[in-house]
Amino acid sequence: MNDIVIEARDLVKSYQMGEIEVHALAGVSFDIQRGELLSIMGPSGAGKSTLMNILGCLDLPTGGDYILDGEHVSDLSQDELADIRNRKVGFVFQSFNLLSRSSALANVTLPMRYAGVSNAERKERATKALQSVGLGDRIYHRPTELSGGQQQRVAIARALVNHPAILMADEPTGNLDSKSGREIMDLLLSLNRDQGVTVIVVTHDPEVSAQTDRIITLKDGVLEKAV
Amino acid sequence: MNISGVIFEALESLNANKMRSALTIIGVVIGVGAVIAMLSLGEGVQASISGQISDIGSNLLFVFSGNEDEEVRNVTPLKEADVAALNDPFNAPSVQTAVASIGGRVEASYGGESSSVSMTGTTASYASVRDIELEEGEFLTDDHQLGVASVAVIGPDVADKLFGRRDGVVGETIRLAGQPLRVIGLTEAKGGSATGSEDNVVFVPLASARTRLVSRSIVGEVDTIYVQAVDADSVTAASQEVTELLRSRHRLQPGAADDFTIFSQDSIASMAESITNVLIIFLGGVAGISLLVGGIGIMNIMLVSVTERTREIGLRKALGARKSHILTQFLTESALLSLIGGLLGVLLGWGLSKVVSIIAIQSGTDITPVFTIGTVLLATLFSAAVGIFFGIYPANRAASLEPVEALRHE
Repeated sequence: MNDIVIEARDLVKSYQMGEIEVHALAGVSFDIQRGELLSIMGPSGAGKSTLMNILGCLDLPTGGDYILDGEHVSDLSQDELADIRNRKVGFVFQSFNLLSRSSALANVTLPMRYAGVSNAERKERATKALQSVGLGDRIYHRPTELSGGQQQRVAIARALVNHPAILMADEPTGNLDSKSGREIMDLLLSLNRDQGVTVIVVTHDPEVSAQTDRIITLKDGVLEKAV
Repeated sequence: MNISGVIFEALESLNANKMRSALTIIGVVIGVGAVIAMLSLGEGVQASISGQISDIGSNLLFVFSGNEDEEVRNVTPLKEADVAALNDPFNAPSVQTAVASIGGRVEASYGGESSSVSMTGTTASYASVRDIELEEGEFLTDDHQLGVASVAVIGPDVADKLFGRRDGVVGETIRLAGQPLRVIGLTEAKGGSATGSEDNVVFVPLASARTRLVSRSIVGEVDTIYVQAVDADSVTAASQEVTELLRSRHRLQPGAADDFTIFSQDSIASMAESITNVLIIFLGGVAGISLLVGGIGIMNIMLVSVTERTREIGLRKALGARKSHILTQFLTESALLSLIGGLLGVLLGWGLSKVVSIIAIQSGTDITPVFTIGTVLLATLFSAAVGIFFGIYPANRAASLEPVEALRHE
């Protein structure tokens, strides 16, 4: 497979801060191949989060063109963006972001509910996704009854359950101890290697980025180096 | 998303904040309870008043001298001759009976006891026209009229006050404005009514009242003529016949205003109904304000909830929730809060009005609260509507959150 899943063309994101216009991204271009494992690095304030929000379709660029899995995202409405996120993007957050009053299974079924998947199929697919991250015996546990590493596994299962084009992981190991962090990275690596999932890890931890195939480094809103 | 899933999820999140949800629901419970209690009690009062009006008699018309709507000069008073003319079936075929009365408040006394009573001077047919039943003795007869007899029929309240008993009062002699009268009958208790007590009354023959108890400057003048129509369908016809006959007897020119006024029992009933309707609307409105306050409580709590769950909303959006999904979720929660409150409120209102009715009956007023499916449906649907209305603003606020901002929220 050598097709392109992400095309970023001269992405610009600027904010108006009082009188001054701040460029969080000042013209960023790169491609990501399907099945790649790459990391986005850079010091804080370099525009990492802004780039991740645009790549994850949470936000729109103020200039440039972004094509995700063949769809031009730049001029979509909020609801169309929501549908794109639902079908094409899986998110893994630093702080897991699970619904604390719902079971692991209910958390994983959530994206499918917005996709309009039937009840029975939701349960079946969610169970399978939890089994694939090694939590088949804990599907009815609530997040509070799970360890940090287990919670992040639930989040990964939730991210994958709609078979997205890309998996966006924002500091996925940032809230974990080093052992659980390694396990989560291993899981992401194996998902990439065995199932061909395109994984984009946003991090400032060199140990994490060292495990990825390619590193994109941002500084002051521009690419410092693309390997 | 299917409806049961949405409702289940909403219940789950309401359950997560039990105390807060319960307090919010209580606000609605009180509001709906008050509305239900007020409406059902109001309708109970209405039923009780219309019952009392129908107790006055049946198919009745009341004829008074004078006109309250238009100014009339040279009012010809109503006279006994008018009554006699109305009783002639040739003149007024729809009139079953017409009966004259004069009256006023007089002092009644027996032994050392005295009391102010409502005295009515009338004739024998009054009993049938006004549905008067006797507990003991007999009503006034034609012989009493002819003989200008010194007799009286008294109401139970008068018996209580003068004699302290209701048995064996027939044959006693009471004094009415100083005149001795022999008691020949005691009426059955009718209870209090909107028009004053029907029990604190003394009936005397019209002729006796005129000669001994009240002074009227015009010979044969009467205060009120009660006209009973043949049946319910002929009340309107009877009213027309009375009008025509009295106009011709009073020699009124065509186009001149009537110098008398006819009230029908129906018009009194509908007047009473319109008064009680105003009462119901007023009470319901006051109760509605408390429902409004309950609704504001819902809005308040939903706003807090939206702020607290900003991150959750951001996450849901990140996972692909459209604006409508978030809107539906929060609207369902607020509608559920108020619907649960509404259902409990119906129960509270039912209990409340039962309690009020028991207290009212013990203090002598017969109010039976009236519950209709309509009232219950109205209150329940209205409360759900309140929940949706006051939920719209918070829900819209949640749905309009920017996903990036919401996810960043701590």
